[in-house]
Amino acid sequence: MTVASTSLGFVMLCHTALHRAAEVARHWAERGCPVVIHVDARVKAWSYDKMKAELADLANVRFSQRFACEWGTWGIVAATQAAAEVMLAEFEEVRHVYLASGSCMPLRPVKDLIEYLEARPRTDFIESVTTEEVGWTIGGLNMERFTLRFPFSWRTQRRLFDGYVALQRKVGFKRTIPNGIVPHLGSQWWCLTRQTLSAILQGPDRKLYDDYFRRVWIPDESYFQTLVRLVSASVESRSLTLSKFDFQGKPHIFYDDHLQLLRRSDCFVARKIWPHANRLYSTFLTDDAAAQAGGEPNPGKIDRLFAKAVERRVKGRPGLYMQSRFPNEHFENGRTAAPYSVFHGFSEVFEQFETWLSKTTGSRVHGHLFAPDRVEFAGGEAVYNGALSDNPKLRDYNPRSFLSNLIWATRGERQCFQFGPADNQMLNEFMALDANAQISVISGAWALPLWKSNRNFGDIRREAARLQKIESETLAILRLPATKARVRIWTLAEFVESPMEPLQTIVDEISPRSLRRLTEAPKMTDLAGFGQFLQNLRNQGMQPVLMGDFPAGDDLRPVQATRGRPYLVK
Amino acid sequence: MAGLPVAGLLDAYRLRWKRRRLLARAVAKRRELVAVVDRTKAILPADILCFAVVRNEAVRLPWFLDHHRRLGVAQFLIVDNGSDDGTDALLAAQGDVSLWRTDAGYKASRFGVDWVTWLLARYGHGHWCLTLDADEALVYPYCDTRDLRALTGWLDAQGRAMFGAMMLDMYPKGPVGQAEYRAGDDPFATLQWFDAGNYGIRVQEPMGNLWVQGGPRARVFFADNPRRAPTLNKVPLVKWNRRYAYVNSTHSLLPPRLNRIYDTDGGEAPSGLLLHSKFLDVAVARAAEEKRRGQHFGDAALYAPYYDAVAANPDLWCPASRRYDGWRGLEALGLMSRGGWV
Repeated sequence: MTVASTSLGFVMLCHTALHRAAEVARHWAERGCPVVIHVDARVKAWSYDKMKAELADLANVRFSQRFACEWGTWGIVAATQAAAEVMLAEFEEVRHVYLASGSCMPLRPVKDLIEYLEARPRTDFIESVTTEEVGWTIGGLNMERFTLRFPFSWRTQRRLFDGYVALQRKVGFKRTIPNGIVPHLGSQWWCLTRQTLSAILQGPDRKLYDDYFRRVWIPDESYFQTLVRLVSASVESRSLTLSKFDFQGKPHIFYDDHLQLLRRSDCFVARKIWPHANRLYSTFLTDDAAAQAGGEPNPGKIDRLFAKAVERRVKGRPGLYMQSRFPNEHFENGRTAAPYSVFHGFSEVFEQFETWLSKTTGSRVHGHLFAPDRVEFAGGEAVYNGALSDNPKLRDYNPRSFLSNLIWATRGERQCFQFGPADNQMLNEFMALDANAQISVISGAWALPLWKSNRNFGDIRREAARLQKIESETLAILRLPATKARVRIWTLAEFVESPMEPLQTIVDEISPRSLRRLTEAPKMTDLAGFGQFLQNLRNQGMQPVLMGDFPAGDDLRPVQATRGRPYLVK
Repeated sequence: MAGLPVAGLLDAYRLRWKRRRLLARAVAKRRELVAVVDRTKAILPADILCFAVVRNEAVRLPWFLDHHRRLGVAQFLIVDNGSDDGTDALLAAQGDVSLWRTDAGYKASRFGVDWVTWLLARYGHGHWCLTLDADEALVYPYCDTRDLRALTGWLDAQGRAMFGAMMLDMYPKGPVGQAEYRAGDDPFATLQWFDAGNYGIRVQEPMGNLWVQGGPRARVFFADNPRRAPTLNKVPLVKWNRRYAYVNSTHSLLPPRLNRIYDTDGGEAPSGLLLHSKFLDVAVARAAEEKRRGQHFGDAALYAPYYDAVAANPDLWCPASRRYDGWRGLEALGLMSRGGWV
């Protein structure tokens, strides 16, 4: 087959899925681009021969001398050099040499790429950044790649590798960098002009540089990237090959379902392509592929998608606990998924507090979620979001999961619930350390229902003592220096004296956008006689302390609120 | 691993012996298996294999085989434990099934694990192996567009030898026995519903696996005794080595590192789900039979109320139930994760 030769030649480094590499090579070669193929020396002879036979009919395909290309070693550079030399020697019309891998695939017609390069005849496209500026590091090494020695394999002898690095750091060993060149790093996949490439390969110091880079770690990311700076007049520091890496520095793979994404990227070449991605191969290896107005490559959308994937892998979704994400304490990146509010004592102090709060803030207000006899979901639901049951035994079997599940399952809607010393207390610490929790406490408010109850005073006294002890422990936890929740604590006496200010603060925090003054206060329960009740407790030998200072006789201060009228604050 | 506490070393030592004991058991139990059709010669080095122990699953198996075939399973290695509903003939007729038969006790074989362990050691070494029950269907991120070769290839590249998939109990709207299921139908056309977020999780020592419980069975049948609710975590897909051993169904395995399907530093590791088709109409009749045989739990008597409740044709649906609409929905709900796979 004879086709007009073009000014673009491809060097392909192959080591697996050779039949796919052969398809791509054929695609380029049939469109006039010479291709020089390097096949990893570790590939079996029959496989290599088969590939050669598959491409035997193409006059502009060559196979170059084979080297073993173990990751991170010199072999890859040696292979690239040898193949590039064949390209320069045998195809004189080639002006740009494009380094690709066997798992690369053209996304745009090759004539687009040729036009693009012919419009920029002197430009070298190679990502080349100084060690200070690279955003990626494998094994935590940047500059040290160039100054230490790496006789051990990072992949198979990690301990020796790390140990030897540590040792060299300790004794202060440093290799000298020849000729004072400035090391640069960048993607292995470049596109260089004949002038630049030949200047590197035929330069007088080639042996010196080769001997030096032979012992640099991952030289395929630094050899050409560094030397290009010595010889090129015009370096465009980016790769024309779309190639993304995951958090471990391993290349992402493209599958059939990435078809539209790849199309819209406007990139010329992408890697790595999954060898079984039949749809991608059949779509992009035709001439009519993406024959759109070819602009500049625009991988922005892909970049975002991949950045999100890395974040999902590394940080996860805050507040999610599931089969493959179960963070250790303090590594949660958010103990729960969203902010929520816990109210101690408010529903005792105010009548219909839950209705009022829900109306005022537009959030979901539950009763006592941790009540001993039943989970009091809003609206008395038996099963709530996420199919959470109101059965207290299910809840108490794993209360942490219960709460984190509830907050996760209701993302987008603020959850509020009531809490008190009579409830299951197992989560006090969990909530105190949760930055999403807003915990507001009216201490001693649990005494109000006791006061109003029709029980024997002896029982009341015992119960009051029990609840007071529990609440004291709760308050101690909430007051710990490590507490991350937004905790506010008032004694009952403090609170009833001026209830509007605390309510306003809490409501503002729950719905910060409304920023309205509260016009309607919830109706406060009638406290007339409560001081006497506390005095009775004292008289019987129990010391109620958490309520604050209530005079035993007339209830002077709270009296204003006990009228139960709507309370206006201007 | 410097600084391992002594207790950790002791556990590691005990678990190593436990693993050896389990393997020895499996080797001994191989005599209970009689080959019916042996197509294992056709297995190629890169093949993905599926292992199962079944009993009277002629109704579920046609779709089960189809589904996993579509995902790229090259061969099924199945033990038929005394079926009398034509399961054996059905399986023997499939070109990609190797079949063994045994009439020995299911419970005595640690619920079939001994048999599977033997087959895994004998045929699974070096392969990605999927160990399932006939009422489980694997789904994972991108399973509608990428087969298991893509998933396992990516896991290989990540250096992960295992892939976790929690059981997700699927149920119909209305009484379980109401909708008729015929062999070959997609069971999840009927069992469309699931519980989205009521799963309780804790770490289980000494093997370090997560213990996940919850879902509709915990909600409806075990609310008063949640500890007894079924275990849902599983590690069904493993790049097998003949020295590995499942401990308790596929809930956990040894060596312990294979149970670390989860990240502990906040990140999300990749995971899938096993859609569980237990609650097809056949479940109602089957509950009575299983109760009678007493082969499914260590202390079967404790589970009598559970069997009775299933036999009474319950309705598991509730207003908070979610409808299944593909893997993306399940992933968005946080039931599984793509874990960095794009």
